[in-house]
Amino acid sequence: MINAVGREIPGEILKKTGKEPFKGAYANDNHEYKKAAPTVRALCDPGRSKMVENIHEALVKCGIRDGMTLSFHHHFREGDYVVNMVMEEIHKMGIKDLTICASSLGKANDPIVPYIEDGTITGIQSSGVRGKIGEAISTGRLRDLAIMRSHGGRVRAVESGEVHIDIAFIGAPTCDEYGNMRANGGKSDCGVLSYAMVDAEYADKVVALTDCLVPFPNVPASISMVHVDYVCVVDEIGNPAKIATGAAKPTTDVRKIMMADYCTQFVIHTPYFKEGFSYQTGVGGASIASTISLGKIMEERGIHMGLGLGGITTPMCELLEKGLIKKIVDTQDFDLGAIESIKRNPDHIEISASEYANPFNKGAFVNKLDFVILASLEVDVDFNCNVVVGSDGMITGAQGGHPDTAAGAKCTIVIAPLLQGRIPAICTRVTTVTTPGETVDVVITDYGIAINPRRQDLIECMKDVDLPFCTIEELRDKAYAMVGEPDPVQFDDRIVGVIEARDGTIIDVVRQIKEYEFS
Amino acid sequence: MEILKTAMAGTLESSDAQVTVEPGDNGIELMIESSVIHQYGRQIRAVALETLERLDVKNARVTIFDKGALDCTLKARVECAVYRSNGVSENLPWGGVIR
Repeated sequence: MINAVGREIPGEILKKTGKEPFKGAYANDNHEYKKAAPTVRALCDPGRSKMVENIHEALVKCGIRDGMTLSFHHHFREGDYVVNMVMEEIHKMGIKDLTICASSLGKANDPIVPYIEDGTITGIQSSGVRGKIGEAISTGRLRDLAIMRSHGGRVRAVESGEVHIDIAFIGAPTCDEYGNMRANGGKSDCGVLSYAMVDAEYADKVVALTDCLVPFPNVPASISMVHVDYVCVVDEIGNPAKIATGAAKPTTDVRKIMMADYCTQFVIHTPYFKEGFSYQTGVGGASIASTISLGKIMEERGIHMGLGLGGITTPMCELLEKGLIKKIVDTQDFDLGAIESIKRNPDHIEISASEYANPFNKGAFVNKLDFVILASLEVDVDFNCNVVVGSDGMITGAQGGHPDTAAGAKCTIVIAPLLQGRIPAICTRVTTVTTPGETVDVVITDYGIAINPRRQDLIECMKDVDLPFCTIEELRDKAYAMVGEPDPVQFDDRIVGVIEARDGTIIDVVRQIKEYEFS
Repeated sequence: MEILKTAMAGTLESSDAQVTVEPGDNGIELMIESSVIHQYGRQIRAVALETLERLDVKNARVTIFDKGALDCTLKARVECAVYRSNGVSENLPWGGVIR
């Protein structure tokens, strides 16, 4: 069956997953459903402790068994130890056939690949995967279909019962003996625990893992004791040097600076750039440079940002300090500056991933965005973006909040250099669709800027603006003229993963990669 | 041209290609490894074969380690390796077989 972004979704996949093909970014507006609920055990005896000696005891007390679904969060990013140490213990116990439902998995989790190969882990549901886990899935070594969901889509899947979490493991920078978790004040601070909040509320069993046990009560808690079954102290939950790096130095790459300047010029010429506007940006060099150059113009014109959303970096926090942003609303901190900011600035607020981006709650923050500045591995002439599968067919990235913010924002801007080496970022057909083109308004490259023809209003207001506008087809043609038209990647027939749209429909599938053969 | 001795041109830097030519007696034996093989393997092979044909190389073992080089770079590296295999580094036929 061909879905709304022109992708063939085989009937067997629809049957196997029970999902529908993607019908459009807002096709499920007003959808009514009953939320799922976990099966929980009461703790009314004040004499009973939640403390366990080690991960093994936690697993035994949680009744770990074959076939369970376990969840993790990725706030420790490339410094995460939690996934690996829990899975190592489970592997030792000989438990099989487990599904991991993580908010994301990165290269830090490469050590779990052998557990995929030996059948300990047979299912993976994540925002995306990088490194060796991506290779394992793309080469067909995972038994079940991998499911890739956006941050908002994951919350929807958990709350609607599409995925049921048996045990949630939540790494907590600080925790008390009754399970009140905070993201700060320990030795592995990560700023916020936003992605883990839904896990705490919807998992049958919740285990807090901490390397910094603090006196009761650890309040205000990011995740409350009322959701937590067991507390386990371990040596280290993560590597602080990799959880939060120092602020990235502003880029000196002239190509990125030029694209950032184009972006800022575009933003300030839209009708949305006015007092109280809302804004989110990614962490790429060009995105950060555009935050810095936009800040200068906000200062000159006395325009304030009402809401700065998202994954937060130091340049946003600097604008908050200067009084140019009223509130920063935060689900993930990318550097030390962002973590320091949420510790001391009362206008820098932690929210749940549901509040951030869940398409099936009663309205998420992304819906209130004026601008989002994103990156993309590939953008095609229909403005569809691919942020998960590399141009070589290997799973190598994550949806993150890309589809969520693109769907929510009034003006979605994607910045991508026209070429990465020989690989064109603008192409006829993206390898895999992860964000539908109907939600992408502008593509900024170093060779020109294309506005989505669906946005005649934006085309109209840029009529007299001195920027290098062209069509998306012209951008593709410029790229192909330099590097040649790429051949489509040779895939096997077997489908190894599905890309879920925010609403749980299937926007695309990922096939097993095939060794290249000269035809 | 005949490949008289083993010669190499290019580097393993990003957007370059390292080309090695060795004497052979069994036509053109071409081995390609590329970081962009899935999208550009066919074109890399076509450019290499065209260039060798233009230089009238009939027998050679040719190895290309490509790091995403553009066609112009690939051509230049193949040409350079072939001329080096003949000990030629001056008075190259610019505008002749080298285009």
